Amino acid sequence: MEAMKKQNMIIMGVAALLLGLVYLFPIWSIDLQAPQYPEGIGLNISINVIEGKRPQDLQNINGLNHYIGMKPIVPDSIPELKIMPYIFAFLIVTGLLIAGFGNRNYVLAWLILFGVLAVVGLVDFYLWEYDYGHNLDPNAPIKVPGMSYQPPLIGSKQLLNIRAVSLPHIGFYISILSISLASLVWWRERPAKEA
Amino acid sequence: MKTKTLKHLLSLFTVLFIGVAFFGCNSQSELGSNSDAAQKVYVAPGEYDEYYGFFSGGFNGQMGVYGLPSGRHIYTIPVFSQAPVNGYGYNEETKAMLETSYGFIPWGDAHHPELSQTNGEIDGRYIFINENNTPRLAKIDLKSFQTTEIIEIPNSAGNHASPFVTQNTEYISAATRFSIPLDDTDVPINSYKKNFQGTISFIKLQDDGSMKLDFQLLVPGFNYDLSHSGKGPSHGWSFFTSYNSEEAHTLLEINASKNDKDFIAAVNWKKAAEYAAAGKGEMVKADYRRNYYDHDKHMAYSEKHTEVRVLDPSELEGIIYYLPTPKSPHGVDVTPDGKLIVAGGKLSTVIPVHSFDKMIKAIENEEFEGEVYGIPVLKYESILAGEVENPGLGPLHTEFDGKGNAYTTAFITSEIVKWSLETFEVLDRIDTYYSPGHLMIPGGDTRKPDGKYLVALNKITKDRYLPTGPEMFHSAQLIDISGDKMKLLLDFPTEGEPHYAQAVKAELLMKDQVRFYKLAENNHPYVTRSESETKVVRDGKTVHVYMTSIRSHFTPDNIEGIEIGDKVYFHVTNLEQDWDVPHGFAVQGARTAEILIMPGETRTLVWEPQKVGVQPFYCTDFCSALHQEMQGYVRVSPAGSNTPIKYSTGK
Repeated sequence: MEAMKKQNMIIMGVAALLLGLVYLFPIWSIDLQAPQYPEGIGLNISINVIEGKRPQDLQNINGLNHYIGMKPIVPDSIPELKIMPYIFAFLIVTGLLIAGFGNRNYVLAWLILFGVLAVVGLVDFYLWEYDYGHNLDPNAPIKVPGMSYQPPLIGSKQLLNIRAVSLPHIGFYISILSISLASLVWWRERPAKEA
Repeated sequence: MKTKTLKHLLSLFTVLFIGVAFFGCNSQSELGSNSDAAQKVYVAPGEYDEYYGFFSGGFNGQMGVYGLPSGRHIYTIPVFSQAPVNGYGYNEETKAMLETSYGFIPWGDAHHPELSQTNGEIDGRYIFINENNTPRLAKIDLKSFQTTEIIEIPNSAGNHASPFVTQNTEYISAATRFSIPLDDTDVPINSYKKNFQGTISFIKLQDDGSMKLDFQLLVPGFNYDLSHSGKGPSHGWSFFTSYNSEEAHTLLEINASKNDKDFIAAVNWKKAAEYAAAGKGEMVKADYRRNYYDHDKHMAYSEKHTEVRVLDPSELEGIIYYLPTPKSPHGVDVTPDGKLIVAGGKLSTVIPVHSFDKMIKAIENEEFEGEVYGIPVLKYESILAGEVENPGLGPLHTEFDGKGNAYTTAFITSEIVKWSLETFEVLDRIDTYYSPGHLMIPGGDTRKPDGKYLVALNKITKDRYLPTGPEMFHSAQLIDISGDKMKLLLDFPTEGEPHYAQAVKAELLMKDQVRFYKLAENNHPYVTRSESETKVVRDGKTVHVYMTSIRSHFTPDNIEGIEIGDKVYFHVTNLEQDWDVPHGFAVQGARTAEILIMPGETRTLVWEPQKVGVQPFYCTDFCSALHQEMQGYVRVSPAGSNTPIKYSTGK
């Protein structure tokens, strides 16, 4: 098999390196909207940490959640946040190697791997949200029959007085861009049609 | 008998007549376009006022904050008086703010708010306010709207001519309204002329923001009333009105109103500061306090001072010149360009206006008409720029719109008079309800007035609002001064007795407002930063409770082992780190005010239990849906019963 064009190798390298930005920007965002919070309150989820949009937000969300019996969100106890940085490091390293080799099939394999990891990640996120929203303390002060508090994976949902809006953040779009660039490489390197 | 009945009938007649005169005609009828006025002061729900207005509370000792143009009362800053509303001056953290050389004083009389300035413009850092009764001066931080420093002024009585800042807030001035024998000398009152003296104090705002009494000027025993600093060309000078140049010590209303002219003292403070820096004058024994609030420790401290530098202008040349000014002048106001000095000769039929340029020339040419206690008196004709004729009776205070006009309150004729700084002619007048003292235009005493609104601060309220018995709030009126004719827009009640007010564009202060204190930065000596650190510690008869509050419980909320005769310190730290979530704390039978604890703050309530039994405590601020559950119990055992100390939450 022929090596890829130099330009495409560079694009593949950029696709891999772009993922470095995922360490700097959150990948997902959850905004909680309620009349009593005109200033807003919410969480940013990064690959290695969950943080309040402002420093105090996480404590305050945990404070609100304790009324309905949700477990406090303790970033240090979430294993995904420990694993994810390695997964992205792996994608960056393999992406760079593939750019160096210039092998189109490897690009496809990388894309499939990335896709699988993304789907696994989102499923995992959904399950985490499900657990937080459903696994409630039976001694919670506020119990509304039939009510669970799972935030939406994407989009918005009214949970009692609070509207939870869950949307991808910059890190997610960077990943999409990386995938698009790698796909572009794969497409541009398609074998020329036989005349 | 017959004549008595006639008298009664007559007086009844008079009452009826006055009643008809008051209520028969509608005093608002002159307004005409009410809807136009309503629109101008209407601030829609969720929107903000254009200005913060700071109104002194007068005899409530505090400072009221009002939104303008709506006139909505949005906050009261506790300053010189204990405030049961949040425990200021009651709790262990803020008691020290009210310490004086006379001991702890729970009340004050606050007159004049003064915003700090840079280059003659409001800079939004601090607002100062004086205390008249026990001479003091307070500094309020405009990031937190909290009083952070109070300095006592020694050798002074009736700190009325205060606090007026210089162009860059280099100094804040304070002068005695009541002259007194200095050094607390025991002398007969009728030896006034021989023994009584006044002082003018200059308090330096130091680079770290703290205040220092830099020097005092010894002045003749008159009553020093009000002041303003020069600006622009007159920067470096301050002007103080004085009355009672007769030096009366009794029945001043007659005896201090005899002289045709009293004095404005023109003080070259730059020169005085140079003398002070050069070690001139003498250090005199004095007893005064400087109280300050330590943000880091969330705690106030009181510092004792024992001496002050006093300069004698009769010995040190060029510090003070007297400007003769008609009839017991009250206010003294300097035009935005710094060139004219307007006096409010309260018993005068004209408003005299002095020229700063002429004053300097008269000093250079030594155009003196004499000397008073070694202080040169300039010739009235040599310094006068002009007189405003027919300004109404009882002119008191003047502010400026920055468009060449001055506005003066006339107390007796109850009106505001607009006049031209060019022609000294009266241009317009408007009634106020009733008898205005000060008036205020945002920035109206600075180099950059904002000539859109004017507030009249009235001394008499009577029929303006729904009657509330004999005692009522004072009335203020908001007047539109953007056009040629003044227009009354709004009439609103104000708490206490606002003497003076100042206002500043809201955007200058809004952006830097503190929303809560960072718990991690709370270095209070008894801070409890998490529930796991809570404890109850006995030390002899003293018990320290390290308590936390968070929605919606206290930790600990069950305490045992307290005995009659104990002194219990509840140090409550509010663990919240969210905007507008204070918690309160009160315990049954505590002979003090509650404590209201801002998020991230620690406050201490001292309780000396009086009765054996179990006493509840609870959160006094409706903090959350489960606020009513935010409570606890303290078991109080008889003295000497040795009940072990026990504390818990949720067990």
